[in-house]
Amino acid sequence: MAWASLSDFLSMGGYGFYVWGSFLVFLICLVGEVVLVLNRRRTLLKQLSLTHEATKNEQNNETTT
Amino acid sequence: MAINWFKYSSPASFYSLAGKLIPIFSIVALILFLVGLYISFFVAPTDFQQSEAYRIIFIHVPAAWMSMFLYLIMAGWAAIGLAFNTRLSSMIATAIAPTGAMFTFLALWTGALWGKPMWGAWWVWDARLTSELILFFLYIGFMALQAAIDDPRRADKAGAVLALVGVVNIPIIYFSVKWWNTLHQGATVSLTESPKMASIMLTGMLIMSIACWMYSIAMVLIRTRTIILERERHTVWVSELHKGTT
Repeated sequence: MAWASLSDFLSMGGYGFYVWGSFLVFLICLVGEVVLVLNRRRTLLKQLSLTHEATKNEQNNETTT
Repeated sequence: MAINWFKYSSPASFYSLAGKLIPIFSIVALILFLVGLYISFFVAPTDFQQSEAYRIIFIHVPAAWMSMFLYLIMAGWAAIGLAFNTRLSSMIATAIAPTGAMFTFLALWTGALWGKPMWGAWWVWDARLTSELILFFLYIGFMALQAAIDDPRRADKAGAVLALVGVVNIPIIYFSVKWWNTLHQGATVSLTESPKMASIMLTGMLIMSIACWMYSIAMVLIRTRTIILERERHTVWVSELHKGTT
């Protein structure tokens, strides 16, 4: 399929709103899910390293006292 | 050579296996999405009936397929978790639900945007559309139920029962266009008949579907790994894992 011009491509034969409305939301959902999933993992890893540090400090305190 | 399948039913060994698989599935998904989108917009010709509006098919059908497949897989893992009391199976089921709900939403959304120019309505209470909407509520219900129960193992079991009861909806969605007179068209691709569409359109649709599969697998693996860490944070292997990374 060859498009005559960029505006021809964007107008999608007059169905631009419907076609781009579908594809854009599709893209937003998939990218959004990736961001959310990675964020959840990053937050958890941060928490875990903090708790790990905390337990390590506790152990150190126990040995020194 | 005997493969020890039970090895990977332990969250600890699954965790490292999944970590190796995620990049592979992600890269394959990205490449297939790019190829699929290129075919959708630059290779597939204009439809003689629907002009360019039909291009929505390249995401509508894969999203609708994924919504049903993911539900069956989710219910399958939930059932294994319920029957054999395996923690990991239930975690995978929990990890599948958000991705499944997202694809169900996308099937409904793209369907509405396709229905408006072709049928003149964003929404009709037709059997196919209504049963797909029920599928969306099943996913939401599954997630809400699990989130409402504090004990993860009890949440797994309650969710599994809900997921299994909901399986009855899948054949209803699939056969709705045959059983009832629906505004929604019949199956374009069927296992028993030759497809009723141009082969390049079919190729594009299949590539987009496989891309969605790879994407879903990657997402579910990442989410399962996070759930494993959340639930097993007090175990020795997680704290040892953590000494290595920090």
